[in-house]
Amino acid sequence: MRTTFIDTLTDLAYADPRITLVTGDLGFGVVQKFAERFPDQFVNAGVAEQNMTGLATGMALAGRIVFTYSIANFPTLRPLEQIRNDAAYHNANVIVVAVGGGMSYGAFGMTHHATEDIAILRSLPQMTVLAPGDPAETTAATRKVGEGIGPVYLRLGRAGEPTVHTGPIDWHLGKALVTREGTDGTIISTGAMLHTAVAAANQLAETAGIELRVLSMHTIKPLDSDAIVAAAEETGAVITLEEHSILGGLGGAVAEVLLEAGVPGVAFKRIGLPSQYITEVGNQDYLRKVHGLDVDSVARTTLQTLEKTNRAARHAA
Amino acid sequence: MKPKEELAELARRIRVHAVKMANRAGSCHVGSSLSMAEILSVLYGGVMNVDPTHPEAPNRDRFVLSKGHACGALYSVLAESGFFPLEWLESFFQNGGRLPGHATAKGIPGIEVSTGSLGHGLPIAVGMALTAKRDQQPYRVFCVLSDGECDEGSNWEAAMFAPHHQLDNLVAIIDYNKIQSLGHVDEVLPLEPFTDKWQAFGWQVVEVDGHSIDQLTTTLQAVPTTQGKPTCVIAHTVKGKGVDFMEDQLLWHYRTPRGEEYTAALEQLGEVA
Repeated sequence: MRTTFIDTLTDLAYADPRITLVTGDLGFGVVQKFAERFPDQFVNAGVAEQNMTGLATGMALAGRIVFTYSIANFPTLRPLEQIRNDAAYHNANVIVVAVGGGMSYGAFGMTHHATEDIAILRSLPQMTVLAPGDPAETTAATRKVGEGIGPVYLRLGRAGEPTVHTGPIDWHLGKALVTREGTDGTIISTGAMLHTAVAAANQLAETAGIELRVLSMHTIKPLDSDAIVAAAEETGAVITLEEHSILGGLGGAVAEVLLEAGVPGVAFKRIGLPSQYITEVGNQDYLRKVHGLDVDSVARTTLQTLEKTNRAARHAA
Repeated sequence: MKPKEELAELARRIRVHAVKMANRAGSCHVGSSLSMAEILSVLYGGVMNVDPTHPEAPNRDRFVLSKGHACGALYSVLAESGFFPLEWLESFFQNGGRLPGHATAKGIPGIEVSTGSLGHGLPIAVGMALTAKRDQQPYRVFCVLSDGECDEGSNWEAAMFAPHHQLDNLVAIIDYNKIQSLGHVDEVLPLEPFTDKWQAFGWQVVEVDGHSIDQLTTTLQAVPTTQGKPTCVIAHTVKGKGVDFMEDQLLWHYRTPRGEEYTAALEQLGEVA
């Protein structure tokens, strides 16, 4: 995703001299080419995220469209007040980019896992919060925010995320992408869990004849309430999937919508990380498995949730 | 540049407004506003290229008040300079008013940046100055900081950054009134050797009497003082300057001037209550 992001940003920078990349001294092997090609559109702020975010706001107020770039929590939680008071309050064109959403940095440990970022940043007024599901969505999201739409949090994976969308996608900010059609239930996925969501749905189709809808909820804010309510009404079960704490992230946001919409008889389950710091050591796949975010675990949890619905009962009958 | 007498009168009026606003509002931070009255009068009295009839002119000089709690003085100088009506000052801090107790840019002509939490202004000013350089724009950026807020690490991140990028269009002015929230700066977290610190970070440092209109005018008009270097003006000031019982008193970071104190303060400032 990060390579896709920087390639897209490079295209944007060619076309628009306002596009500026500010890194917190990270992005080895990724940002150098950009820096060489666009020296007036690149800044290395050093290992100083508060100044990075403040100066990005100053640059935005002076006319630039500024992407701040670092990994996991460094561009988000470290300068959170600069994001709130500076970028968001001024409605500045500052796009906070975090590579390594969730547990992408696996064995590097807890300090390098971003697992509360969505919850925290979606609570900030003015912020758009994006977590694209694959490289194709990353390109679309980067292009959109590069237009200058105000403050944005763009949560990316790290590298090597599989492509889910093999053909062209009809990506719109704030509109869930129907990635798989089905009527027996819906998995709503955000960020790089999309591939897992689709794989789990395919597995359940093969093993149990259950056809699940899969929504890629790449935009967590503004949230596509219509797609969520439609999924609940049309499929009877909603399972949210995120590489993030189950507190306040995608699952929390979807729950807010569902309960207020009052759709009757919907089975609902949040799949995400428990609210505890991860102490196990291992790569992303390993940690996902430990915490029930691998394909088999997601399929199993989904099936258990579907069993609660009348629809699944009918299906079984 | 306005004549010196007019700048002194502008500073006096800033102080009078600040005291009246705090009285009406029952608010605080009077001492913080009084200490920087001359700094603002010199900046808005002619140093800065700003036009109240075109507050968003692209090439205007930018002003960032990082010590946003002293917004009483900023609102006053802007109103006195014609950015918005003087009557707006009467709504300061009031229910339904326009002007909150920390500087806001929301709907207030002339205010570039909303501030209040300390340590935010200089990084933003740095971003503006960097963009002016990169885009070959002629404007300069003036940022006023408090001494107490130099405790914030974010300022020192910005302090390292600005000289590296040769931002000689950037001026940090420190209202060094020697008192912060819970005591004298020397007691809470000493800044000295303050000049040495800024110099060591690569800034051109000028120390001035922050109540001397002559010294402020000479210094601020000379910006950029050194090609390729940002300028730090350490303005030695007195907290509560202009009202003898407020001067150098921690109490007047918080206290609201009322009753006899209010009358006496205005009297000392040459105003009838």
